[in-house]
Amino acid sequence: MTFSEWLAEPVNWAFLALALPCVLAAVRVVTSRNVVHAALFLVLTLAASAGLFILLSAEFAAWVLVLVYIGAVVVLFLFGIMITRAPLGREGGLSHSARWPAALAALAVLGLTLALILSASEVAGWNEPLPAVGARTDTGVLGEAFINRFLIPFEAVGFILLAALIGGITLARKDRTPDEEREEESV
Amino acid sequence: MILTQFLILSAVLLALGVYGLLSRRNAVTVLLSVELMLAAVNINLVAFEAFWRSSIAAGQIFAIFVITVAAAEVGIGLAIILLIFRNRAEGNVDELDLMKW
Repeated sequence: MTFSEWLAEPVNWAFLALALPCVLAAVRVVTSRNVVHAALFLVLTLAASAGLFILLSAEFAAWVLVLVYIGAVVVLFLFGIMITRAPLGREGGLSHSARWPAALAALAVLGLTLALILSASEVAGWNEPLPAVGARTDTGVLGEAFINRFLIPFEAVGFILLAALIGGITLARKDRTPDEEREEESV
Repeated sequence: MILTQFLILSAVLLALGVYGLLSRRNAVTVLLSVELMLAAVNINLVAFEAFWRSSIAAGQIFAIFVITVAAAEVGIGLAIILLIFRNRAEGNVDELDLMKW
């Protein structure tokens, strides 16, 4: 499939319209000098990837992404930024001064994965049109898989969430000093 | 649409996440970069699900598991950052040498 053939498919325009903002916002997430902007650009990246999930006919996963990530995780991040008084505004200092080793490592990762993908794509048939496009995933299938095939991982994830809840509360609550405890008892 | 285009996109997102993870000093922005890498993994899982079409939609289920574990990870991570900030009034990963020998 040549690039012009690829561009002739209208659904690939939708892909580009989602993928380009996704990548540009991701670049801003890792380069922005303002923490709040970085967190808000992460929202854009995640929203675009939810759109890609819908293109891949994974509607339920897309809405889970929107609800859990954009609804909860990013709000948590913003709380974390506000509470820790991370340097707001254009103060800089968010990144190391020498960034070239990080860029080198990232380029190595990118080069390696791209080489692997491109060398395997012909052999593995990844350049054939995806069969799922236009089909829908029945959410009932997902629910049944969760309580049949994936029951034990499902319970384990529930336990992880409980542990994270308790751990988060324990870590973040303020311990009273012995003096404060004595004061409270005397009152 | 072909599978390769999604794999390339997720490779780019992963590389950006690696860059952010290594170049950021502020602990909150390090966590943001980790989220970026997890988003790349999720795109990969869902794209391979669309490619294989397993009868139980295993790729999507794994993506949902990844999202759930990431939410737990952010909760704990931010609690730890909050604790460190409260005790030492700093939030930069290169200043935290408490456990360094």
